[in-house]
Amino acid sequence: MSEVIKVGMADLKLAAPPNTIRTSGLGSCVGVVIYDEMTNISGMAHVMLPDSSQSKQVTLNTAKYADTAIKELFNKMIAEGARSYSLKAKMAGGAQMFTFQSGSDVMRIGPRNVEAVKLALKQLRIPVLASDVGGKSGRTIEFDPVTKKLHIRTVNQGTVAI
Amino acid sequence: MRDLNQLKPFHLDVLKEIGNIGAGHAATSLSTLLRRKIDMKVPNVRVVPLQDLPDQVGGAEAEVAAIFLRIEGDAPGSMFFLSEIDQAERLIRSLIEDEDFQLKQPPFDQIGLSALQEVGNILSGSYLSSLADFTKLNLQPTVPGLSIDMVGAVLNYGLMSISEVSDHALVIDTHITEADNESEETSGHFFLLPDPDSFQVIFKALGVDVDE
Repeated sequence: MSEVIKVGMADLKLAAPPNTIRTSGLGSCVGVVIYDEMTNISGMAHVMLPDSSQSKQVTLNTAKYADTAIKELFNKMIAEGARSYSLKAKMAGGAQMFTFQSGSDVMRIGPRNVEAVKLALKQLRIPVLASDVGGKSGRTIEFDPVTKKLHIRTVNQGTVAI
Repeated sequence: MRDLNQLKPFHLDVLKEIGNIGAGHAATSLSTLLRRKIDMKVPNVRVVPLQDLPDQVGGAEAEVAAIFLRIEGDAPGSMFFLSEIDQAERLIRSLIEDEDFQLKQPPFDQIGLSALQEVGNILSGSYLSSLADFTKLNLQPTVPGLSIDMVGAVLNYGLMSISEVSDHALVIDTHITEADNESEETSGHFFLLPDPDSFQVIFKALGVDVDE
């Protein structure tokens, strides 16, 4: 029996076939999938904010920030037996859900999340093979470690696979 | 008081009262606008893990019409008015007297959208101005934004400033319903999400001892 592993907001998890892995309702957050092409070990993070050094928290939730979440996901996958040279990534999210007349910079969090995720992946030399980022729509994403397809559902545009 | 676990039951009661006052004014405004009697339910005040917040309104993927604004001034925070698609449609239809208006499939009629935005503006404005009167704090709403999308996507956008300091949010949730609607469907939720640093300011303004 295969099951769908659910990743919440500011959360990260691993999955292996036949299970799939999913996160719902990405807005400005970015959903990142890292997978090993050879072993099929896969992981997903639901990143809320770009940079952990901006954190004012006493105890850091590493899954919340792009820089720490990607690193932790990477480490967990390696510990599970994934090989760093065959890792690939796909990502989706980083939308601008509301448009305001006064363009306050803090509201540009979506694009900043996308940039931070890209940078963190680059530092680990993980290529991004596909992405669906930006825009104004929320997304629900599900990754299948067997087909390596990331299925993206939006409210008004149906489902696409990248 | 950044640690929400330090809040005592009487703190929550005070915040509940604040929610009551704000929502009471919003309900009155909506009654006037629609020329129908609008009820509001006593708000729930809860400390909720950020992850669980979408579950308060049908789960991360549930579709809603959402009005979002930031509160600026002495006690910054975020405010949402969330309404199920069906309810928002009904509201707009009766406002613009157009039975064909729909929110299921774009393109959406601009007049209808702008009516909804205006409702959000009026409701959140009356909610907030009653809070400002009550607390004597300087609270200013930003121009609200409107989005028709998944609850999770809409909420996580509004949770940024809170999520920088906490994994929990204090939610002052109020339900506004139509009094003669026997199915008792919810017409909308107000979510008032004060930024963590704002609690102290609010309690101080109300003369409530913070560290008791």
